[in-house]
Amino acid sequence: MKILISGGRVLDPTHGIDDQLDLLIDNGRISHLGKNLQAEGAQVIDARGKLVTPGLIDLHVHLRDPGQEYKEDIVSGTRAAVAGGFTAVACMPNTKPVNDSKSVTRYILAKAAAEGFCHVLPVGSITQGSKGEALAEMGDMKEAGCVGFSDDGHPVASGELMRRALEYSRPFGVPIIAHAEDLDLVGQGVMNEGFVATELGLKGIPWVAEAAPIARDVMLAEFTGGHLHVAHVSCGAAVEIIRAAKKRGVRVTCEAAPHHFTLTDEAVRGYNTNAKMNPPLRSAEDVAAIRAGLADGTIDAIATDHAPHHIDEKNVEFNIAFNGIVGLETALPLTLRLVADGVLSLCDAIAKLTINPARILGLESGTLEVGRVADVTVIDPELKWTVEAQKLVSKSKNTPFDGWKMVGAATHTLVAGRISYQR
Amino acid sequence: MNFRHKHILGIEQLSADDIRFILDTADSFKEINSRDIKKVPTLRGKTIVNLFFEASTRTRTSFEIAGKRLSADTINITASSSSVVKGETLEDTAKNIEAMKPDIIVMRHAASGACHYLAERVDCSIINAGDGAHEHPSQALLDMLTIRQHKGRLEGLKVAIVGDITHSRVARSNLYGLTRMGAEVRLAGPGTMVPPGIERMGAKVFNDMREAIAGADVVMMLRIQLERQGKTLLPTLREYAKFYGLNTENLKLAAPDALVMHPGPVNRGVELSSYVADGAQSVILDQVENGVAVRMALLYLVLGGEQAQ
Repeated sequence: MKILISGGRVLDPTHGIDDQLDLLIDNGRISHLGKNLQAEGAQVIDARGKLVTPGLIDLHVHLRDPGQEYKEDIVSGTRAAVAGGFTAVACMPNTKPVNDSKSVTRYILAKAAAEGFCHVLPVGSITQGSKGEALAEMGDMKEAGCVGFSDDGHPVASGELMRRALEYSRPFGVPIIAHAEDLDLVGQGVMNEGFVATELGLKGIPWVAEAAPIARDVMLAEFTGGHLHVAHVSCGAAVEIIRAAKKRGVRVTCEAAPHHFTLTDEAVRGYNTNAKMNPPLRSAEDVAAIRAGLADGTIDAIATDHAPHHIDEKNVEFNIAFNGIVGLETALPLTLRLVADGVLSLCDAIAKLTINPARILGLESGTLEVGRVADVTVIDPELKWTVEAQKLVSKSKNTPFDGWKMVGAATHTLVAGRISYQR
Repeated sequence: MNFRHKHILGIEQLSADDIRFILDTADSFKEINSRDIKKVPTLRGKTIVNLFFEASTRTRTSFEIAGKRLSADTINITASSSSVVKGETLEDTAKNIEAMKPDIIVMRHAASGACHYLAERVDCSIINAGDGAHEHPSQALLDMLTIRQHKGRLEGLKVAIVGDITHSRVARSNLYGLTRMGAEVRLAGPGTMVPPGIERMGAKVFNDMREAIAGADVVMMLRIQLERQGKTLLPTLREYAKFYGLNTENLKLAAPDALVMHPGPVNRGVELSSYVADGAQSVILDQVENGVAVRMALLYLVLGGEQAQ
């Protein structure tokens, strides 16, 4: 089975390729990249006027499987992923049961292999049950296929345990992904602390509740030499801490979510529960700092923190609504807005969705190198469309972008050489 | 003028003209409350449900009396808030009540925004009787009515609000209302109880309570609720009273004819010394009395009453 993607603008940030080229896929792998390729009997994808990029990688999603399949499952979540142009997603371990053992990891991988639409990269928990008390069997889970470790949704409150996690994971070559949150400082907070929270009479979550534990974790990474990846950075102070640490040579990487570089806490007005997530939407200054961090490379990757919730969990009073929004199907156009706004070059934007997350997780993917598994995304950068929450592929519809006019979408998502999605 | 508000969710949505109209209407209802037979047939055949998710004596009783004096049928429901996973949802509770065709639901709820949530989902009128730390519009209106009654105006007055601003829906509603009516609002409270950005709502914030009340025409003290506010915000009530309590000494800093107000219930010896609470400048019981008239006006106006009677 051959597929020829012809006439597109091929972008491969790893090799500095930005040229009109044909790309030939044979037997699931990239076999040729060049001008005017001919391939007898190949299925042809006409990519003229489109971008051809390495398959997008989202290093932070919640597939809710096992245990909360009423929100999302591995099938619906990966179907949403490919509709958004993603060929691989790293799924967080806060499932029921928690992915804290190789048996859960194997379940996820087996179901993904049998029924999934894209690669699924399990993230195991740092601690048993994500309870923050004792290390989980990271070695075993790495062997079973986990690509990183995180107690996402819960911080590792103990500095001692975080230190040991960074030390223990180091020889296995996998990152510790920090969900940084000081729960004492968060208290009963439900949105960003600031003027909007004051007006709405909602309890605030101060940025220092995120930045202070990041400062601790960065120092622990410096001390241990372990690889720290900071999830969903949302405030300017955190960007500054990570920027300074990188200058010192600390092994720290980080990601930001599209909603954190697109929306401010003003979106909460009207008590909009689809603007409620953790970390919360921050101030305009924070959004500017996230964008600056993306621009200067402090923020390595863009990751969605795709967090599906059932309508019954959102259609309630603001203070009891669940945290999180879906993001897989809106991440690409929101990232392209950064290009339109002059924050990122197109090449850098694609790198933050491909090779950078691949490097963070130690993957071979993220490039269009000949011989590699053919994970490829074809993007129409001019396609205009409107987000309709009820038409999202994800089982859950909790998006703050309902009704937004978007520019740019994946038209073909190829996973291991097969067309998993076609618009 | 025509009063066009179906709901009273907050003072934020009311213009200066709206506020003036409500206060004028309330003034016209006050006379009924001093009659021998305190009842008029204005809302005969109307049904008002007081749906209270938080304990309340004063506000609920005041709304109930207001409804009954207008001949409406009033029903009180005390409910408990639910979580997402257990108990009836707020929407279901409200829809079940709505199915019995009330004309107005008066609601108090611990969640900020709960009344807005309800107003988007039911057809009857909603009156907010306090939502979390957000708004308590009938309280601000009765406060403004009381001030206007004693001072003849609101415009140009200096009003100091002292205490826990962060958790106070009374402070927010008064801040919206008083600034809209042309008064100057000054705030003071412990550093842990003054929320960020409050000056952008039009208030002047003072570090020292004495500066806030200096020359003030009105001193409004807020109730402190240590059990609700948690242990990290204050060392002791003793110290709170020392720095943020109103007593005969610091009251001298205010204008000689300054009014002393409190939304109640008063913690005597904490927010106010008993001498001040019971003193000549205290209008605390006038506030309560005016509460009935203001709530009569609100019930009447949301059901389409067009002019003060």
